[in-house]
Amino acid sequence: MSTSAAASSGHARLQSGTGAYDVEAVRRRFPILERRINGHPLVYLDSAATTQKPLDVLDAMDAFHREKNANVHRGVHTLSVEATEVYEAARDKVRRLLGASRPEEIVFLRGVTEAMNLVAQSWGRANVRAGDEILITHMEHHSNIVPWQMLCEQTGATLKVAPVDDRGEVILDAFEKLLNERTKIAAFVHISNALGTVNPVHEMARMSKQVGAIVVIDGAQATPHEKVDVRGIGCDFYAISGHKMYAPTGIGALYGRHELLEAMPPWQGGGDMILSVTFEGTTYNVPPQKFEAGTPNIAGAVALGAAVDFLDGIGLDRIGAHESAVLERMASALREIPGLRLIGEPGRRAGSVSFVVDEVHPHDLGTVVDQEGVAIRTGHHCAQPLMERFGVPATARASIGVYNREADIEALVSAIRKAIEIFS
Amino acid sequence: MSFDAQELYREVIVDHSRRPRNRRAIESPTGHAVGHNPLCGDRVHVYVKLDNDGKIEDVSFEGGGCAISTASASIMTETMVGHTLDEAQKLFESFHERLTRNGEGPPSDELDPISAIEGVRRFPARVKCATLAWHTLKAAIDQRNGDVVKTE
Repeated sequence: MSTSAAASSGHARLQSGTGAYDVEAVRRRFPILERRINGHPLVYLDSAATTQKPLDVLDAMDAFHREKNANVHRGVHTLSVEATEVYEAARDKVRRLLGASRPEEIVFLRGVTEAMNLVAQSWGRANVRAGDEILITHMEHHSNIVPWQMLCEQTGATLKVAPVDDRGEVILDAFEKLLNERTKIAAFVHISNALGTVNPVHEMARMSKQVGAIVVIDGAQATPHEKVDVRGIGCDFYAISGHKMYAPTGIGALYGRHELLEAMPPWQGGGDMILSVTFEGTTYNVPPQKFEAGTPNIAGAVALGAAVDFLDGIGLDRIGAHESAVLERMASALREIPGLRLIGEPGRRAGSVSFVVDEVHPHDLGTVVDQEGVAIRTGHHCAQPLMERFGVPATARASIGVYNREADIEALVSAIRKAIEIFS
Repeated sequence: MSFDAQELYREVIVDHSRRPRNRRAIESPTGHAVGHNPLCGDRVHVYVKLDNDGKIEDVSFEGGGCAISTASASIMTETMVGHTLDEAQKLFESFHERLTRNGEGPPSDELDPISAIEGVRRFPARVKCATLAWHTLKAAIDQRNGDVVKTE
């Protein structure tokens, strides 16, 4: 198999950014898709948990370690200068991906979970008082619930939860009614990992800003599927996880409006986040370094930059169009299976479809379809309050990425039918 | 080498999961415990009643979840009745050993319901589904009333 350098040069061949979407060419970028699972070709339908990694990302990470590895923002030696350059270039790629105006507005972190904890502990501890309110929605991932609960415990603020309707959409009227002058933070998900619902984030941000709340968005499931524009949305913070968008685990980013980042106290202390240290006191660095204590995940950031290039190379508009066609066909095919019920039928869907099957527990379903090579997620999707809302302990979820195609739907449907047969 | 899902979901397992035996509460049990598998959200209550000789007179469960956990709980209740606590402990240990040991082990007996559950050995992600009720029974016997037992 051709790898590294030879395969990297194939990037130009991959997509021109126009013309028909060539899913087979995209699939060739993902070596793992050649694997067989339990005697069947892998059908990967768990991208909402984590995406597979293209050669473009694997090669960039490998090349960094082979050719440019050094610490950043440190030495004057050539490698350190080069490592700093590629690290900062990656930051600018993420800035471009999110439509931010300045690279200093992008803080590299481990992912959305860490980003939410940073906002809660830095902005939150400095600005939220007893009696204040934090508004989230019923469809949040635990990463956008627990950091706010912790902040409420620390400050005496109250957590408010906007309800979700039977289709799996936030009830906007109720969301708006829950906003008031006590609301300091409105934190909500852009695209639900459990249901695939695309939230009207522009509208929700506008409503929240009217009462003076800061707007924090969990964008983990959005960046792999559609073009995000933080300034267009009008949010204050936007968090992303690299591994949901074809980069490795352990790297992500937080967009924060510059004036907010500048005013916020540091969260973690250590190297790189300081300008000078004496035992009498320390002068903190400016954003984003103020929030990047310690040696960062340099190779991860470089790989995240490569993932942004990979998405740009195909074009997020074309990815969105392809994926939405696949997802709609998948939802239709699933609806035709007797005894299968979709959980959430939102007006706008991206990434995922959740479902339950009569007489077949999601875990048994997951095990049976895995024997057919089909990887789906089964469980509560780190969204237990949402599962409770729909009266199910767990669901099965099929989620897609750039590499999924019609044949994957057929494999999924046939594997589900097999499970139903076993339990009927 | 593919291992067919039907090997795991043998008739015995499907039967016990669809028509679980002893899925009910016991009034004034000697012991009661709740088992929870946070991975899937499954929750099982296990009740045990001992007779005057210290033998297990009755075992039952409520709740459960997937076919593996429900069938395993059902089979457990049938297995345990009439045994002393020492015997129950040995049954528990042997069950645990059979589910977690490496290699193929001795040929399985089609008539032995526990050997049907043994198929779960090939599915490491599912072993905890099978052991949940058994751990919970152990807790119920230990009189840790109301404690939540976790298999994660």
